[in-house]
Amino acid sequence: MSSTRGPRSKGLDGWLLSTPALLLLAVAASGPLIIVAIYSLLEKGDYSGVRWVLSGEGWFRVLFEKDIFDQTISLADANLTIFWRSVKLSIMTTAITFAFGLPTAWFIATRPARSRAFWLFLITIPFWTNLLIRTFAIMEVIRNQGILNTFLMHAGLISEPIQILYTDTAVLIGMTYVYLPLMVLPLYAAVDRFDFRLIEAGYDLYASRWQVLRGVILPIIKPGIIAGSILVFIPSLGAYVTPRVLGGGKNMMIGNFIELQFGQGQNWPLGAALSTLLLAIVLVSLVIYTKVSSREDPNG
Amino acid sequence: MAKPRAFDVTTLPGFTLIAVLAFILLYAPIVTLVVYSFNGGNSVNQWGGFSLDWYAVAAQNEAVQAATARSLIIALWASVISTTLATMAALGTTRRGKFRGQTVIYIIINQPLMVPEIVTAVALLIFFSSVKIATGYTGLGYLILAHSAFCIPFAYLPIKARLEGMDTSMETAAADLYASAWQSFRYVTLPLLFPGVIAGAMLAFIISLDNVIITEFVKSAGQDTLPTYMLGQLRRALTPEVNAISTALLVVTVLILTLFVFVTKKRD
Repeated sequence: MSSTRGPRSKGLDGWLLSTPALLLLAVAASGPLIIVAIYSLLEKGDYSGVRWVLSGEGWFRVLFEKDIFDQTISLADANLTIFWRSVKLSIMTTAITFAFGLPTAWFIATRPARSRAFWLFLITIPFWTNLLIRTFAIMEVIRNQGILNTFLMHAGLISEPIQILYTDTAVLIGMTYVYLPLMVLPLYAAVDRFDFRLIEAGYDLYASRWQVLRGVILPIIKPGIIAGSILVFIPSLGAYVTPRVLGGGKNMMIGNFIELQFGQGQNWPLGAALSTLLLAIVLVSLVIYTKVSSREDPNG
Repeated sequence: MAKPRAFDVTTLPGFTLIAVLAFILLYAPIVTLVVYSFNGGNSVNQWGGFSLDWYAVAAQNEAVQAATARSLIIALWASVISTTLATMAALGTTRRGKFRGQTVIYIIINQPLMVPEIVTAVALLIFFSSVKIATGYTGLGYLILAHSAFCIPFAYLPIKARLEGMDTSMETAAADLYASAWQSFRYVTLPLLFPGVIAGAMLAFIISLDNVIITEFVKSAGQDTLPTYMLGQLRRALTPEVNAISTALLVVTVLILTLFVFVTKKRD
């Protein structure tokens, strides 16, 4: 804190007090992102790292591959499979968390004020609990000798364990599980502000329950739906821990593919290009979100 | 549709059922994990009776001890640094009216919440690996620096919320009584702000303690924290030891969260 208080502007004070935080973020968060963008435009080093020669190879390899012998160019199918899996699983995760999240948020918001804090706390605990621990927990449930398979076999529904672990389904179940609180919290905020008299008005005008949901509730809580979807979709697309633990190496998503380039793959420019691409997709979704939500919610 | 009897407009068919199911699905895996940490058997598959053996095994494991110490050191430093910087930034950006560049400050402070963690991890790997070569320093400093940075928004949010809810009249009164800017900060603003600062520090502590991805990429050899140690254990046969460590971390998180609710509630 400065002890002199002259006729300085509020802005100068604001900037001065924020400077240490901004500096740290520039060194250990934002700044290095620029290095990633630069590395994506360099030539791959012999083992790892880069050679300081300008090259489009990193970006080229995001979508294409070149035959070692005859130099023919073709689409890199393996990469496309990974992109498609990432997008598909992220959309499915968003949809399923919404299907569970809306009723859950609704349930919490319609509890009496006293118990509402308790239910909200129950959602907050998993939200702040280590992602790795939650992924481990899911792994123990769905593994071949886990409780799910054991239960199904005891119930006589299956005769041998279903292989869920190390499949796309496992990654989907895991992401739905770990990101559900991220959907519930913004939906709850939207439902909590909802004026329930509007539902009464809807019924008075002979709307069916479905019509009330479609025509009254969903349009009004739309900012919450968008916020929840963005909050789930973005970390899903960049997921690393969940696909690594539950996908078991074969069922990679973009995050694991990026890591591979900095590990065994030893192609830093490709890894940097993939990171830049992922970052760009996220930033574009955020800009769209800001635009849409400021239009939807003129009162702030 | 005729509705002869009054009904609760807030109920929608099936919603309660799905919500209850969601809560069960949310907690069943965690409960399973905790229950199996008390497993006396050697594997995570077979129940071998209640015992605390795996807690003892984890507590005596030197790698776990070292990782725990490292996690705590990093989390403590990160929460102290991030909370101090976040408090200053929050004082600078709230209650002073709007000023030029305020939005830019918000965006930079909240940037760690927006950028996918794997991208930041890769960026720090590239940056810090050249710094490591240039300086020869390979200590915990990099992890502390990285953790402090991504903890800033988590510390900032509750402090900012607290500041925005605070009345400025006390500080005006202090100024009227010829308190210096420092005195009015030290004896008026800070005590009022303190619950927000504690809340921010607690969130920062949890976030640092739980971090996996950035730690995994920034750490030098032999610098495992508890989460990266657990991730490394995946390659081996899983024993309930991992469950015991997870349960211990879980207890720490729930305790801190409960305290957090308590601290932030006191304002009313």
